[in-house]
Amino acid sequence: MATKKKTLEDITKHELVPEHIILSDKEKKDILKKYQLEQNQFPRILDTDPVCLHIGAKPGKILKITRKSHTANKAVSYRLVVESSK
Amino acid sequence: MERVNSITKKIGEIYFTLLSPNEIRKMSATKVITADTYDEDGFPIAMGLMDPRMGVIEPGLRCKTCGQRVGKDKCPGHFGHIDLAMPVIHVGHVKTIRDCLRSTCRDCGHLLLNDKQRDDFIDQIGQYAIEGRNINYLYKEIITTARKSDTCPHCGREVGKIELDKPTSFRENGKKLTPTEVREWLEKIRDEDLPLLEINRKSARPEWMVLTVLPVPPVTVRPSVTLQSGERSEDDLTHKLVDVIRINQRLQENRDAGAPQLIVEDLWELLQYHITTYLDNQTSGIPPARHRSGRPLKTLAQRLKGKEGRFRSNLSGKRVNFSARTVISPDPNLSINEIGVPHRIAEELTVPVRVTVHNIEWCKELIIAKYAPSSLEKDYVAGVNYVIKNAEGVKRRIKITDKNAEMISESLEIGSIIERQLMEGDLALFNRQPSLHRMSMMAHRIKVVPGKTFKFNVCVCPPYNADFDGDEMNLHIIQGEEAKAEAEILMKVQENILSPRFGGAIIGGIHDIISGCFLLTNKERKVPVAIASYLLGAVGYKGDITVCDDERIGRYVMGRDIFSTLLPKDMNMRFKSKTYQSLDSEEAFVIIKNGRLLQGTIDENSVGAFKGNILDRIIRDHGMQAGREFIDNVTRLGIAVATMFGFTTSIDDEDIPEQARLKVAEGLDKAMEKIKNLVKAYEDKELESLPGRSLEETLEMEIMRVTGRARDMAGEIAGEHLGLENSAVIMAKSGARGSMLNLSQMSGCVGQQAVRGERIHRGYKYRTLPHFKKGDLGASAKGFVASCYKKGLNPTEYFFHSMGGREGLVDTAVRTSRSGYMQRRLINALEDVKVEYDGTVRQAGGQVIQFIYGEDGIDPTRSLNGKAVDVDRIIADIKEEA
Ligand SMILES: [Mg+2]
Ligand SMILES: [Zn+2]
Ligand SMILES: [Zn+2]
Repeated sequence: MATKKKTLEDITKHELVPEHIILSDKEKKDILKKYQLEQNQFPRILDTDPVCLHIGAKPGKILKITRKSHTANKAVSYRLVVESSK
Repeated sequence: MERVNSITKKIGEIYFTLLSPNEIRKMSATKVITADTYDEDGFPIAMGLMDPRMGVIEPGLRCKTCGQRVGKDKCPGHFGHIDLAMPVIHVGHVKTIRDCLRSTCRDCGHLLLNDKQRDDFIDQIGQYAIEGRNINYLYKEIITTARKSDTCPHCGREVGKIELDKPTSFRENGKKLTPTEVREWLEKIRDEDLPLLEINRKSARPEWMVLTVLPVPPVTVRPSVTLQSGERSEDDLTHKLVDVIRINQRLQENRDAGAPQLIVEDLWELLQYHITTYLDNQTSGIPPARHRSGRPLKTLAQRLKGKEGRFRSNLSGKRVNFSARTVISPDPNLSINEIGVPHRIAEELTVPVRVTVHNIEWCKELIIAKYAPSSLEKDYVAGVNYVIKNAEGVKRRIKITDKNAEMISESLEIGSIIERQLMEGDLALFNRQPSLHRMSMMAHRIKVVPGKTFKFNVCVCPPYNADFDGDEMNLHIIQGEEAKAEAEILMKVQENILSPRFGGAIIGGIHDIISGCFLLTNKERKVPVAIASYLLGAVGYKGDITVCDDERIGRYVMGRDIFSTLLPKDMNMRFKSKTYQSLDSEEAFVIIKNGRLLQGTIDENSVGAFKGNILDRIIRDHGMQAGREFIDNVTRLGIAVATMFGFTTSIDDEDIPEQARLKVAEGLDKAMEKIKNLVKAYEDKELESLPGRSLEETLEMEIMRVTGRARDMAGEIAGEHLGLENSAVIMAKSGARGSMLNLSQMSGCVGQQAVRGERIHRGYKYRTLPHFKKGDLGASAKGFVASCYKKGLNPTEYFFHSMGGREGLVDTAVRTSRSGYMQRRLINALEDVKVEYDGTVRQAGGQVIQFIYGEDGIDPTRSLNGKAVDVDRIIADIKEEA
């Protein structure tokens, strides 16, 4: 199980790192229902991803990611946190 | 149309297995021991390669294994087998064998990992599967880890260095391993270690990668053909199997007779060669086995691999019926939605029609229509080629001839299907290869025309990338109602005017259409009434038009008023024309108020594909149908104008006056002088280098600048004498065809030739051609062409020009093959990605790729050059209203 590691800088403040928010269980249920998705159909993110470590996202949670977009200014997407092998 | 009710099922997993020697023997119908095929009487020899127990190919004969024939009850063919005297390595598995040998112990067969390493890897394999990660890297890591140990952690044996000598021999510490030794080693590997070597222990044992028995494919897989001369010609696989059996026999005899080791080893190697080429005749490192004629044999791998192989040629791609192919040619009188199909093709291709109570009379008449006396007076009458009768579930196809037409027409029953010939208005898919985008295949309405070529409106050339220098295209007739509806709504040409690539029209006026519009509208063109009425007739206009009177030329109509008849009444626009795009005055603008062209020249910027403002606006405001009508009308009007006014170009369009020629020559002389000075400055080391450049680079850059400017200067001088009264200039400026650069190269100066973006410098030692002094850095020695095309190039200029030209040809040749392969890989990767009804983009398994297509959910086809909203337009419209 991955734990929060100390990173040198606050990486979430870097301009290339988009905003990641951990969804509550209720929000997660709503998203799964809205898109009629099984867990394995979600885009994934490893729990050892620097952002996950930083914000403390545990496997099974869904992250809401808001990116800058060329076409839509802001684009929202979701990723499921999965456990990494090491 | 028939419909198969199918249940969608998900494939859980697929796994590949190896055949064990036991399985091969078990499925074998016979052992094959003789290399001969047929005896003198032409009968297959028992236990030979054509043994009838492996199936039969001649119709009528019965298979000795299953008792069925080839034809109706269909014997599927049965495998045989050859017992090999000595084991042989399977080429297809050498890499796996190598990895197995490298990561296991020769004495005890254990993996060269200690228990902890092994357990860790097993855990990781499970974890990778859960995460859905690519497991190949892990398997590679297992092998590299195992290879690192110097001794076996289980029995302590020193680990040897295993090398693979391509294609099929192995060495341990430099000493050759025989296939027998390899097999013995592989036998020792424990079942429980196999998953770590990427082998499924339920389906394979590593020693099965070394063959002891060779399966012989059924005769149906390798049929022999009888030539006209009565001679039998065997399949390549049979030829190869003959070799295998012969050598196998000799090997057996020599070994049994106790022949010297050297001879046995030679024969063993030969057997290995024959079996290797039998499996794959393009194995690198060994010469391919050849036919007597010198042609390389097509063995097992060659049947499957590549473009002509089973997968790409027979499974992914298939041949189709109801299709035609011929040369294409243009026809401006056809709508962009139409296609002209020659009589001969229309009579061959058919559309199925089910006979019902409602159409039975019509069907009966259609069957005899071709043979009625009245049909002789018409150019083309559609008939019926076949009637498909459905009697008690058995289908019978009856060909209609002049003899049986009457009879079949009378006995026609409801429920039969008639295959009727093409009629005007049938839908067909039209295609030109390479089919690089979806507009390469569009639906057209059929018009039956005389001649032998497919005809279509020239405006549809760009999406197909077609021209008429001998191009051929394919036509597919739609066979079902469902397909017809789909094609009508999605694939018709008018639905594809806008390209999804850039959100603009890809179909629009080209060539003479643009020249015609230019002639009609440029410079307040006045058209005499007689000609005007012809032009209005061409577009079928039936309304009013303003006629003016002039003492000198009589009654006339303004050209722009004729063009206005094609515009919708609510159109208001203002944009710059292409012809006067560099002009900064009011005349450069095209102004349309309430559907009337008030001023300006109609050219590519109005009606052209890609950037036609009027065309774009009509499609956006009035839809595809209106857009299609506009393109059709512009085609007719443009061509009619060009025909009535006359429009021609010839070599004297590139004539410039003598004094202009002298001026060009003078300018070129000055440029040459400048280059000479630059070279001199460089040689005297007085040239100052540009920042970040060497002296040589600086000189080259400066010279390229001077030559570039010299060509521009020549173009400008020539351009001064080439005005809009010149047809070639009209075409270039209005965007119909050609460019001013083309013209200035024809009448001014061709300019610097380049290879790889540099002045030409390769050729002889220190010089490009023997006509120049060694080390000459001047303009003409390095590929500057001072002549113009019209005057002609001198021999050295011609040579340099060819060098530059060849680079272009090589580039396109290289680019097409490379981009073709790249596109193939892209298509294979994306083939089942689609936008679902909820706006998400998903893979076949439902995995989300984007939560909203393109992050904004905008269809680029309907966007304005990629943007969702045309803000300028909205502001203009609101201003208009206020
Ligand atoms: Mg061509
Ligand atoms: Zn059979
Ligand atoms: Zn050992």
